[in-house]
Order: sequence, then structure tokens, then C-alpha cells
Amino acid sequence: MDVARPLETSPTALNKPARDLIAEDLACRRGERLVFAGVSFRLPAGGALLLTGANGSGKTSLLRLLATLIPPAAGRLAWGAEPFDADVVAYRALLHYVGHQDGVKPGLTPRETLLFWAALRGAGSGRGSPPLDRALAAFALEPVADWPCRWLSAGQRRRLALARLAVASASIWLLDEPASGLDRDNQLSLERAIAEHRKSGGRVVVASHTLIDIAGADVITLDAFAPSPDHVAG
Amino acid sequence: MAAFIGLFRRDLRLALRQGGDAGLVLGFFVLAVVLFPLGVGPEPAVLQRIGAGIVWVAALLAALLSLDRLFEADYHDGGLDLLALSSLPLEFAVLAKCAAHWVATGLPLALISPSLALLVGLDPAEIVILALSLLIGTPALSLIGSVAAALTLGARRQGIVLSILVLPLYIPPLVFGAGAVEASVAGMDARAYLLILAALSLAALAFCPWASAAALRQALE
Repeated sequence: MDVARPLETSPTALNKPARDLIAEDLACRRGERLVFAGVSFRLPAGGALLLTGANGSGKTSLLRLLATLIPPAAGRLAWGAEPFDADVVAYRALLHYVGHQDGVKPGLTPRETLLFWAALRGAGSGRGSPPLDRALAAFALEPVADWPCRWLSAGQRRRLALARLAVASASIWLLDEPASGLDRDNQLSLERAIAEHRKSGGRVVVASHTLIDIAGADVITLDAFAPSPDHVAG
Repeated sequence: MAAFIGLFRRDLRLALRQGGDAGLVLGFFVLAVVLFPLGVGPEPAVLQRIGAGIVWVAALLAALLSLDRLFEADYHDGGLDLLALSSLPLEFAVLAKCAAHWVATGLPLALISPSLALLVGLDPAEIVILALSLLIGTPALSLIGSVAAALTLGARRQGIVLSILVLPLYIPPLVFGAGAVEASVAGMDARAYLLILAALSLAALAFCPWASAAALRQALE
């Protein structure tokens, strides 16, 4: 009888809040330098993780590592019981990464930008589809929705990058300095979006050194994981 | 598939829109070809002899001109991270970008080449062969170029490194592309040349997206 393949492997089932994102003893190497070592956490459904630390302490590296953009130098990253690389495609479909660059093309309008990323994620490409309008509304982008992005301010570009979260329908949000360039109102919108996402079972990992209000978030201060000189990893 | 078409259309739109470089490439191509009659003199016999070579070399340089933009903008604005994480395999993303690059540069070059061929004194039959050789050969230019563009991503003075890397690789399409027209000038059948050119494009199609994707993954780490 074929029972070896559990039901959870279909993408919709993967969104079920049953699994935790688990990191054990993660280490990261950039070039010759070991950036951090021994980072462990467990992120359950609805959980939030706030990464803090000095410049260069590895906040972005940890996020990129969680996003599978760089491989860990040591340690284990797992989605539930399975290591993330058992099915990288399914794992990537779960996450959305907002790096500190916005990925905004000066020649496209915000609407075109979001339509394109929605199509790329296979999240339906219907013109004026409700998720698209909702995404534009969530970060107050409707007034500039049809302007070329080259006219947008830094804060507006940042909001456009964040609006991708709303069309991506990902379960794990990886946000690198999401509040940089945002005014007070929009930072509140962002905090609200994060809270709603967690309420519906989503997970959030935020790297930030600006004050951002995330209720009940676990905090990892990466300075504490800087390897001591005698620490040898990987 | 929707993702593939979406990426193709976005890149094409970016290339054709104001500030894109499709128009610049075409302008460079025309100017480069026009310079030769001014430089070597208007003697028809000489021009007809070297005409096909001139048009092909100008096409190579024009294609080269736009290559550094293929991944560069996405790399610097962080879009490449998101492309790499999307459900579209990076190989197909490269293919979509190459297709858009070809439609925005190679195809217009081939379409405008007949009028430039008149300028260098080619006969109607040879003009057809020239346009056909460009049509068949320019996909190889975009595809081979993508490998070099991916390899030099993030390098300082990318443009120059890219040229040095990619121009030697452009020699086979150049030889057989210009050769097709020369064969026709000499009264021989150009078919064999065009077929080899098609084989080069097909081989590039099979091989280059994988090589480019591997180089891009390296660049992202």
C-alpha cells in the first residue's frame, strides 16, 4: 500500500499551520568569514521573529539563507519534519522575500509591476483582479498606480515592494528592513499587514534596526552569535 | 507558462519603452554600417566584396551593446533574487529574457538589414540571403551573449570584460553568416551556410540557458 507519501506535500496542504519552520545551529559563511554560527529557532504558525544586531552581524545573510538564496555553512533548516531541500520548489513557493532592494523597474507602472510578479508566482494574471487592487490599496498606492515607477519616491517604491506580499500569497514572509523609507502611517499599515498575516496563520521573519512593533515576536540578536575565534564550523 | 510569457512581455516592454535600448541598438547598427562606405570609399566593387561582412560585424557589435543590460538591471535592483525564487526555473527565465532580447534587437536588425545592404551595393538575391542569415543567426547571438552576461554579472567594467569574453564566441555565426552571402555573390548555393547557422542557433538554444542559469546562481550567492 502506498502510504509513504504524506498528504501534506501538495502546496495548499503545505500552507496548513501544522508545520513549523525549524532552524538548528545554522551558520553562515560569506567569503572567508564566518558571519554567525549556532543560530537556532522554531517558528510556528502565526509566529514572528525579529532579527536585530549591528551592521554586518548577518541579518540579511540569515534572511537570504532562509530564502534558499545562499546555502548554510552548517546546521539544519527544516520545514516540519522535512529538511527544506527535500523539495526546494515547494518550500520556495511558501515564502516571499522582500530584500532591501525594491526590485522596481523605472519604466513600468506599479500596476504592471504587480501584475508581472503575480503572473510569475502563478497567482492568476487577470487584469484588475481583486488581489491586485487589494495589494495596491493595502499600501496606499492607488493614486500612483499608473505612473511610471521612475516618478515614485523611495518610500513609494518600498511600499510597492511590500505590496508584492499581498499578491504573492506566501506563508512565510522574509522582510529585510521593511520599514526603511516609510512614513509613520505606512509603517502602521505594514504593522497591520504583518498582524493580519500572522492571524491567518502566516509566519514573519523581519530584520530591522528601526523600531517596529510586532506583538510577541521572538527576538534574535545576531551579535550574540558572532563566532569566537576558536569556533570552527563546517 | 504564464510566468514565462509574463517575463518575456515585461522584458520586451522595458526594452521598447522610452529609456529602453532597442532604439539605440538599431541606431548604432545603422550608423556603424554607414561609416564603412565613408571610410573605404564609394567604389561599388570593393563595397560589394566586403558588404556582407560589414553588416554582420555591425550586427555583432550592436547585439553586444545591449547585452550588459540583459541581467544587470535585475541584478542591481534585487529582481533577480525574486526571479530565482519564483516557480519558473531559472533556465526558462533566461530563455524568456533571451527571447525578449532577440525580439528587441536581433529581429529589428534582420528586418532593417535589406536597406543597409543596398547602401553597400549588394544585389537583390544577396540581400535576401543576408536578411535570412541575420534572421537565423541572431538568436545565437542573444543566447551566447546571455552566458557571458551572466558570467560577468557584478564585475567591475562589465562592458569591456563582456566584449572580450563574447566576441570570440561570436566568430562561428559571423563566419557562416557572412559566408552565406559571399557564397551567393560567388554564384554558389548558400543553403549549406544557412543550415550550419541554424544548427549554431539550435545548439545555443539547447546549451546556453543552462550555462547562464548556472552562472546566475553563482552570482546570487
